[in-house]
Amino acid sequence: MSKKNPIQKNAQTGSLKMLWSMAGIGLICAFLIVMTYEGTLPRIERLKAEALEKAIFKVIPGMTKKRTFKLDENNNFIEISSDEKDAQLVYAGYDDNDKLLGIAVPASGMGFADILHILYGYDPNKQAVVGFYVLESKETPGLGDKIEKDENFLANFAALDVALSDGNTTLKNKVVTVKHGAKKNNWEIDGITGATISSRAIGNIMGESTEQMVPLIFKNIEVFK
Amino acid sequence: MSKQNKNKTGFFANLENSPSTDEFIKGLWRDNPVFVQVLGMCPVLAVSNTAINALAMGLATAFVLLMSNILVSSLRNFIPKQVRIASYILIIATFVTMTDYAIQAISVELHKALGAFISLIVVNCLILSRAEAFASKNTIGKSMLDALGMGLGFTFALFCLGAVRELMGNGSIFNIPIFPDNYQEWVVMILPAGGFFTLALWLLLFNAAKVNRTEVR
Repeated sequence: MSKKNPIQKNAQTGSLKMLWSMAGIGLICAFLIVMTYEGTLPRIERLKAEALEKAIFKVIPGMTKKRTFKLDENNNFIEISSDEKDAQLVYAGYDDNDKLLGIAVPASGMGFADILHILYGYDPNKQAVVGFYVLESKETPGLGDKIEKDENFLANFAALDVALSDGNTTLKNKVVTVKHGAKKNNWEIDGITGATISSRAIGNIMGESTEQMVPLIFKNIEVFK
Repeated sequence: MSKQNKNKTGFFANLENSPSTDEFIKGLWRDNPVFVQVLGMCPVLAVSNTAINALAMGLATAFVLLMSNILVSSLRNFIPKQVRIASYILIIATFVTMTDYAIQAISVELHKALGAFISLIVVNCLILSRAEAFASKNTIGKSMLDALGMGLGFTFALFCLGAVRELMGNGSIFNIPIFPDNYQEWVVMILPAGGFFTLALWLLLFNAAKVNRTEVR
């Protein structure tokens, strides 16, 4: 075969040289990653915004129009014309006659592998969650990613009870994930065997987000109408 | 069949005699990373459920392999042997991160389908083995040819699996229906078990061709 340049044998390499070479390679790698990140960021953001738009229409069945609202520091919702970064946004969905059908709420929390980003649709008339979509997940393929594909799991979110208590300030029952097959009430999420941590993570994210957002949305319901 | 094989043998034999193309051809056929070396089985079995997933994963791996081989080969005289594996992993991880961003920029849906597997390219033994066994000892040109051959060989193998699994399991290729509507899908082919069945059949075919070729020679 061809002439090769074998790795130097028995060469005594000082720690400093090893350090320098690792640091040098690290610098080259960092430069390459930053260049790619900067180069692809505008397009990735545009595609993600388009995917979010599609997801909003999925979680609120029957909607044809969308309006975006921001939660301000006084816990009031204000309508905004374009998405703002680092703000808690919600998206209200309407039918052709401008009747409010539901509100899509993004939420996130720690999953098994990384942070899970989800979107759920809240119907204030039914006082229930009526749609669910995983926006971003790095859960284990074949196991944790069942939260996106398992039909029995997704059926939990066709009508998940998030009714408010008498004072309209808290939920009657917090949303929780229960063991697969143990679901008895409408506010419980039937977990997935083999994706226990991921399905519990969804329960925690939904539980915390609905506990905070549903009373606020209900309080400001006139703003959305 | 035997006549066809004889022709193929002649064709590959001619190409293999040329030293510059040998580095390229060996990965495609003689040392195919999946069918001969049986390397990188995790993505081969996991992502080959549809033709498009298989093709995308194959091309992503080929890109990482090509770029890491080029960089490893060009830095081969500067990397001390004690830290070479760590350096290779760092280089491979960089190109995997770049690929991850690139796929996100191409399609969110594709990234969702491949998402978790993209990160796993870092630990694909095929890439590390080419860096260690070839790129660290050969010139940039040869390392590029080696990576192109191995990368395309890997993509070809993944596509072979993906196309068969999608065709049997979904009745389509690249989401284009091939069989009539009343075709009863073999769901097992889309499931992980189908990956093993299809791989076994391809290995059988490849080994039969290899035995045939040896006998002809």
